[in-house]
Amino acid sequence: MIIADAVASIESKFSVSKKIEFRGETTLVVNRAEIHEIVQYAKKELGFNYLVDLSSVDNFGEEPRFEIVYELYAFDSGLHLRLKISVSEDELEAPSVTDLFSTANWHEREVYDMMGIKFPGHPDLRRILMWDGYPFFPLRKDFPLAGKASDMPDVAFSAAAPLAGGPFVTLPSTATTKDREPRSRE
Amino acid sequence: MAEISPVAYDSKIEGNIIFTQLDTAINWMRKNSLWPMPMGLACCAIELMAAGASRFDISRFGAEVMRFSPRQSDVMIVAGTVTYKMALAVKRIYDQMCEPKWVIAMGACASSGGMYRSYAVLQGIDQLLPVDVYISGCPPRPEALLEGLMRLQRKIETEPSLGDQKRELLKSLSA
Repeated sequence: MIIADAVASIESKFSVSKKIEFRGETTLVVNRAEIHEIVQYAKKELGFNYLVDLSSVDNFGEEPRFEIVYELYAFDSGLHLRLKISVSEDELEAPSVTDLFSTANWHEREVYDMMGIKFPGHPDLRRILMWDGYPFFPLRKDFPLAGKASDMPDVAFSAAAPLAGGPFVTLPSTATTKDREPRSRE
Repeated sequence: MAEISPVAYDSKIEGNIIFTQLDTAINWMRKNSLWPMPMGLACCAIELMAAGASRFDISRFGAEVMRFSPRQSDVMIVAGTVTYKMALAVKRIYDQMCEPKWVIAMGACASSGGMYRSYAVLQGIDQLLPVDVYISGCPPRPEALLEGLMRLQRKIETEPSLGDQKRELLKSLSA
């Protein structure tokens, strides 16, 4: 099987809103409601038997704001497939794929911890890095790098870090190192 | 047969008697047998292990008895990045240590948060514990840790052995 066959097979059964080919990588932007069926179809029928990663993107300022990215791999044919779904701020949830891939358990917990997207159907959707009861989702773009103050007596506390004029960030460009060097962009 | 006079020079015991202050004697004993509580939280712990191994040999300074129980330890070596999630656990372990007790903040992260100006990292363990010695470095070499240990020994020498080091106990008794 080649990747074009797999893509055609998915396109014939599900609605694919966008197909991106970039340097030999195939990305399908699909419907959020259908993601569980598509992953199931890719696993059972097309042989994508390994979920490499499940992550999320915050496109702050755009609508829909969030994306969830599924990286699939087929051990037998050696094919990669990337699936993307959009999640709007009004409906911060996506179907869980933990029943298909156990590895999605911790990945979905991390997405929930860092971005606040919930996964109905997840068996144990707790925070994985921050502590239970931490009130923020720190990987969102509108969360400051320095952090925010929070306090849970006897459990944990946090405070904003001193940044001394930062954060210092560099901008993507082809300019010289001197012009690209990290500066405060506030 | 010669008579034994009580004021005469007795070569058998003269060389074995030292006159000193009680404080000095107690501090001398304490400083030469510091039992560390290795609070290894990140890469600094690797250097801490190296300091304990034969090449650098922390036992030359009497601090080789690493105890993984806070109740048997004298000095907590906070080696590594203290996250907010870990911070209160570190504090709790410190609270379980018996007086007298000291704290060494080993490395940039334990001293100030280091390169982690971040939402997740405590900006210096001195926000929670009274730190006696800060060691710079990222991570510090084992020699630096040994230097910090010797600085702590020098600090212990100058402390009143009871008054200062039992401050918490005396305060609770007088309250």
